Amino acid sequence: MNGAPPDIRDEELLSSVIADLIGDSRHVAVGNASPIPATAALLARERGKGKPYVSLLQSRKHNFFTDGARELFDCAGQGRIDVFFLSGGQIDGEGNINLVSIGEYDNPKVRFPGSFGSSYLYYVVPKVILFRVEHSRRTLVEKVDFISAPGVSAPNVFRTGGPVALVTNRCFFSFDPKRKRFRLDSVHPEHTVEEVIENTAFDFDRPAQVPTTTPPSPATLKLMRETVAPQLAEVYPQFAAQVFGVGKTAFTD
Amino acid sequence: MPVIASQIEDALAPIKDGCLLVVPREVSGVPMAATRALIKRGIKRLHLVALPTSSLQADLLIGAGCVETLETSAVSLGEFGPAPRFSEAITKGTIRMKDATCPALHAALQAAEKGVPFMPLRGLVGSDVLKFRKDWKLIDSPFGDDDPIVLLPALKPDVALIHAPMADRNGNVWIGRQRELATMAHAAIKTVVTVEKLYDGILLDDPVLAAGTLPGFYVESVAIAPRGAWPLPLPDHYAADADHLAEYARMAATTEGFADYLERYVYERRAA
Repeated sequence: MNGAPPDIRDEELLSSVIADLIGDSRHVAVGNASPIPATAALLARERGKGKPYVSLLQSRKHNFFTDGARELFDCAGQGRIDVFFLSGGQIDGEGNINLVSIGEYDNPKVRFPGSFGSSYLYYVVPKVILFRVEHSRRTLVEKVDFISAPGVSAPNVFRTGGPVALVTNRCFFSFDPKRKRFRLDSVHPEHTVEEVIENTAFDFDRPAQVPTTTPPSPATLKLMRETVAPQLAEVYPQFAAQVFGVGKTAFTD
Repeated sequence: MPVIASQIEDALAPIKDGCLLVVPREVSGVPMAATRALIKRGIKRLHLVALPTSSLQADLLIGAGCVETLETSAVSLGEFGPAPRFSEAITKGTIRMKDATCPALHAALQAAEKGVPFMPLRGLVGSDVLKFRKDWKLIDSPFGDDDPIVLLPALKPDVALIHAPMADRNGNVWIGRQRELATMAHAAIKTVVTVEKLYDGILLDDPVLAAGTLPGFYVESVAIAPRGAWPLPLPDHYAADADHLAEYARMAATTEGFADYLERYVYERRAA
C-alpha cells in the first residue's frame, strides 16, 4: 500500500475503520462529543440498509429512545446495546480510561468534563470502541491519573462488556482482556510502527509485520460525504462543516 | 393549583439560596431564561445536580458564583470546547465536586421517585468515581453469590427546574418524549417550569397529548418564557444558537471576558 490518497481526511479514515469494527450489530449507541463514531455508526447503517439501529444521544432525529435519558442505560444493563464508543483525556495500556482530571483528584492540574456514562457502560456494552484522535504520550499514558472506568475487572465483578479496540490518528489497536494489553493491528497510511512506539507511553503487543490500515473505498467515501455528512449536521454542525463542508443551515428541522 | 406567574421571577420564588436544585441535560429543554433570572437575583450556595450532564447552564451558574456543590457526570460545551468556568472552579477548588456517572444520577432520582432509600447499579466497581463517593456503598448482593454491587442513596431535590414546550391553565405540562423531566419532577419536592406558550385547552383531555404530560399536581409554578432555552436547543422546536455558544466559549475563557458576557447577556436583559 502506498498510503491513502491525499484527499482522504483523517476523520474519514478513522470513521471508516470504526464502521468496519461495528460489523454485524443490532443497536449502536453514540454518546456526547463523538463526531467520528457518529459518522461511523451512520455509515454502518447506510451500508446495512437501515441495520443496525443507531441512537445518537444528543440527536432528536437519530434516536429511538422514548423513555428519557435513562433508557439507554437500562437497555445497556440488559445487554440490548451492542456497541458504544468512549474516549479519554488519558488512556493507559490496561485499557483504563480517565475522563476526569490530571494530577491529584482533590487538587487537579487539568480538569476534563467528567466520566459521563463510562463508569457503567464500559462494564455492560459488549463492544466498546475507544477512540482518541490525538495519539501522543500525553494521551496514551502508562497509568491513568484517575480511573473513570477500568479496562478489566476482577473475576467476581459483573462484567459483560469492555474495550475491544482503540483507534487513533496513527493506528488501530485491538484489546485482549486476558492479557490486559493492546495489540497493534494496523498502522494508518503514511504512518510507521516506529512513530507509534515513540508516541505511546504504554507497552503493547505487535506482530512481526504490521499491516497498513485499509483506507475507505471510493464507494464508502461517497456514501460518507454525500449521505452521512448531512445527517451529522444536526448534532455536530461544526464538524460537518469543517470536515465535509456541510452548511450550517442544514440542521434545522 | 400551580401558580401561573406573569413574571419568570415570581415563578422562581421556590428556588432559595442553598437549595438542592436539579436541572436537565443540555439538550432536554434547559431553562436558560430562568437561569439568567436566578443569576440576576444573585442566588447563592446552590447544590446543583445536572441530570446527568450540563453545558452552558452549569458553567454560567458556576462562573457567576451561584454554586457551592456540583453533582453531575460531566460539564462541557461539546463542540465548542471545555466549559471554562467549570474547569477553573475545579482546578482552583472554589466549588465542591461530586463526580457521578450518568445512570447513577438517573437511578438515585428513581429511588426518590419510588420513595425507597437507595437503588442498586451495575458498573462502577473498581473505578475512582466510586472511590471518591463516600456516600455510595459497595455491598455483596444479598441475592447473589459473591456479587459485589453498588448502592446509591436516593437523591431528593428541593426543586426541579425545567423548560418545556407548553403548559395548560391547570399547570399540566407537556414534556413529550423528554421523560427525564418527569423523573426530576417526581423526585423533587417542588417543580418550577418555564414553557414556550400556554396551551389553549386541557392537556389531559387529549389522549395523545396526555401520554407526554406531566400532571400539574407535581408543579409549583409555571411561567411563560418564549425561546426560554436559548441559546440551547428545545427538541422539535429550535436548534442551538451555534454562533452564540461559540461567542460564549470565547468570552468565558477569561475572567474578564466572562464578566463582560454576564454584563451583556444576563444583567442587561436581552431579548433572545
